[in-house]
Amino acid sequence: MEDLLNAFLLMSNFVFVPAIAYGSQLALGAVGVTLVYGILRFSNFAHGDIMAFGTMVVILFTWLFQSYGINLGPLPTALVALPFGILATAIFLLGSDKFVYKFYREKKAVPVTYLIASVGIMFVLNGIVRFIIGPDDQRFADGERFIIKAKTMKQYLGTAEGVSIKVSQGLTVVTAVIVVVALFWFLNKTRTGKSMRAFSDNEDLALLSGISPDKVVSVTWILVAILATIAGTLYGLDKSFKPFTYFMLLLPIFASAIVGGLGNPLGAIAGGFVIAFSEIMITYPYKKFVAYIVPGDWKPEGLVQLLATDYKFAVSFIILVLVLLFKPTGIFAGKSV
Amino acid sequence: MSYLIGENMTGGYGAADILHGCNIVAERGEIAVIVGPNGAGKSTAMKAIFGMLNIHTGSIILDGEDITSLSPQARVAKGMAFVPQTANVFPSMSVEENLEMGAFLRRDDISKTMDEVFDLFPILKDKRSQNAGELSGGQRQQVAVGRALMTQPKVLMLDEPTAGVSPIVMDELFDNIIEVAKTGITILMVEQNARQALNIADKGYVMVQGRNKFTDTGEVLLNNPEVRKSFLGG
Repeated sequence: MEDLLNAFLLMSNFVFVPAIAYGSQLALGAVGVTLVYGILRFSNFAHGDIMAFGTMVVILFTWLFQSYGINLGPLPTALVALPFGILATAIFLLGSDKFVYKFYREKKAVPVTYLIASVGIMFVLNGIVRFIIGPDDQRFADGERFIIKAKTMKQYLGTAEGVSIKVSQGLTVVTAVIVVVALFWFLNKTRTGKSMRAFSDNEDLALLSGISPDKVVSVTWILVAILATIAGTLYGLDKSFKPFTYFMLLLPIFASAIVGGLGNPLGAIAGGFVIAFSEIMITYPYKKFVAYIVPGDWKPEGLVQLLATDYKFAVSFIILVLVLLFKPTGIFAGKSV
Repeated sequence: MSYLIGENMTGGYGAADILHGCNIVAERGEIAVIVGPNGAGKSTAMKAIFGMLNIHTGSIILDGEDITSLSPQARVAKGMAFVPQTANVFPSMSVEENLEMGAFLRRDDISKTMDEVFDLFPILKDKRSQNAGELSGGQRQQVAVGRALMTQPKVLMLDEPTAGVSPIVMDELFDNIIEVAKTGITILMVEQNARQALNIADKGYVMVQGRNKFTDTGEVLLNNPEVRKSFLGG
């Protein structure tokens, strides 16, 4: 009995809690991608680097506030810097739309042209971020580190295993829930939100109804700025900020959006968790877990690990390919790619 | 002066002209129907009146005002409403949301207009929370027309409204169109079901190859032997 409890605590500590946090971060990123696909009708390959840019601005302002001695007690100071990051990202995205994407909209370019243009924006952001903050790891988390420590739980429960929940993980989940609820309220209950859904559904009819395409485009980019900056900051607080890592996040984020159904925000959230749980569960060494569950002589020799943790991204990639092959419209039947 | 005038319209989608000096006129509260064989330019003529097509010769005049240079959105603001033949609803949005989107340009209280639409199409009231994409073809057409009516237009243009609907629903739809015209809205309609359409028309335009061939009241055209022979089927 105690073994089963230990097994559960072990899984919670190394799989469930990290997967829920990682899933929330991917979900926020994927919603940003899916909004651009559904409303602006192209795959935005710059999304990872948009997250990096937003997080970079947040980091710079966090360092500034830290030097002024501003802090939020147990919560990270980055939360105060967040609005500045969002503002800077929104300005950049609106600018990139005005100087790059608008040109192609006027020429009625095909979607793949926008995709390539977004790759160009990706390289520009890549360069800007590395130029300003450098390519190395940056740590900017402060405040309390843990909500619950594994050691404390072990003592309290008297078990061999415990679960630690970091402040950044709890913050990720709470923030993600707030952002998602706010987004769905906006899309379903406000006039502007409904007009964006209409624009995504049937662009010609939306134009005939008098919906302004410029306003829809601007609001979309502002939403992307908000989502990307928050997702990037939460990821950076939880793990660390390194520009290259954010570029690599593009793969699991796209996998999440596609698995859930492109253009469908609910799907993006579900997809985020599917990808996060898959990545972690497939690369987790189950040796200790199995040891708790099975009788003594059956204890495993090897690590019982399906794939090494280095192959985490391979898991997203395989899921992405499988979904595209067998059910391209994703779980929630979004637009096909 | 007539309420809606499409005068000497000549133009096309690209290099070749489809319309050649086409004339369409409708009075207030009148039902004007454009019929003709396939490829005659009926839908093209209506799109030209709405501004979805650029005509290099001719003009469109609404209530005495020349609106030839206005974009379709601007013409909607002037009181025109257009119901396309296909893709005429927002499929992933509910019936009620579709109607709300129809009234997007209005800033006042739209609930009274929505009630009027529900009176006209009672079945939409039952299905108000259902997604428009899940409705049957006939019901979708009703949503499409309802959406157009939400702006309280002066002119309602319908592109083949009975395409793909069953005969009973077609009758109901024509009855509804007559109801709408009674409220003073000018109806301009392109139709393939020429006989039934001319039956309810105050004025009929038979177009062939981008030109007006016959213009008269619906009743006269129905009894015209040449019209009957060429494409009413005798």
